[in-house]
Amino acid sequence: MAESFLNLLRWIQATPGSTGIRESTWTYPVIESVHVLGLCLFLGFALIWDMRLLNKAFRRVPVSDIQARVMPWVNVGFIIMVISGSLLFYEEPVRFYGNIFFRLKVVALLLAGLNALIFHFFTSGKRLVEWDSSPISPRSAKVAGYVSIFLWMCIVVFGRFIAYNWFDPLVPQQ
Amino acid sequence: MNAFTLSNIFPHAWLPFFDWIEHTRHGTVIRDSIWQFAAIEAVHLLALAVIGGSVLIVDLRLMGWTLRRQPVNQVARDAEPWLVGSLFMMLLSGYLLFSSLAASKYFVNFAFQLKMLFLLLAIIFTFTIRRAVIYKEDSQISPITARLVAIVSVLLWSGVGIMGRGIGFY
Repeated sequence: MAESFLNLLRWIQATPGSTGIRESTWTYPVIESVHVLGLCLFLGFALIWDMRLLNKAFRRVPVSDIQARVMPWVNVGFIIMVISGSLLFYEEPVRFYGNIFFRLKVVALLLAGLNALIFHFFTSGKRLVEWDSSPISPRSAKVAGYVSIFLWMCIVVFGRFIAYNWFDPLVPQQ
Repeated sequence: MNAFTLSNIFPHAWLPFFDWIEHTRHGTVIRDSIWQFAAIEAVHLLALAVIGGSVLIVDLRLMGWTLRRQPVNQVARDAEPWLVGSLFMMLLSGYLLFSSLAASKYFVNFAFQLKMLFLLLAIIFTFTIRRAVIYKEDSQISPITARLVAIVSVLLWSGVGIMGRGIGFY
């Protein structure tokens, strides 16, 4: 199973698109810059949302306003991050697959997604408007906010560490 | 591009300064460690998300693309502590990264030096012109001024970010 998956990644890495990104001088840096700048929009705005849930920022803005006006930008940022991130993976899938920090990042991403889904379907529902004038957020919203902040911090740190091959098998240490 | 680095423009005036920073105790400790540079880079990136968010929320508000029910100066006031706090973290972590390889890497790195130029312009613009505009009443900000300030702000800070990413590819 693992071997056939690795073969799939080897096949992807040999496709003209992947080879093209690797051989181009500018494509990879440009995609990485988009990924880094996209972080400002996606995570910067997601943190505004989390901090609002925790009542630590933008307190005068009703929660429902933040959801209506800020969350669409989080979604735009998310699309930018997924596209640019996929292209970065596409460039060298075999190395990414073998990198421990990439694997940890994928796990943390899944957990962050799960946290967001739980919040969306079970916690917020239609009661968001009820929090607008409330000085304290419900406990479940606070938990979701803290978990989200922690997971996204992990995702950024793991993402940065992918560049380092400290634990990569069969790769000479720099 | 190498022709425009400080190492080629008055090298003898600049080198002792870069050399001195690289040989400070903290610069040496970070350089000799396997993980410290990477860990500080991670902090730098985390602070980037916060500074990016706190700059963009006000710029997008100036464009009229978010939080239109709140006045510009209210959004600006709410964002300010996050902007100032994250800028401090960026400068501190950035300085530590710089100190570890000041003379051997950053002295000859064009992307880094262009980044510093963008950073200087971005900071000056943010705390003078932009600050003066975003603390006015909405009725006193003309739509053109609002858009211009937002665009210049995004361009300057993007320049900082893109050149920062460029350091690694130089």
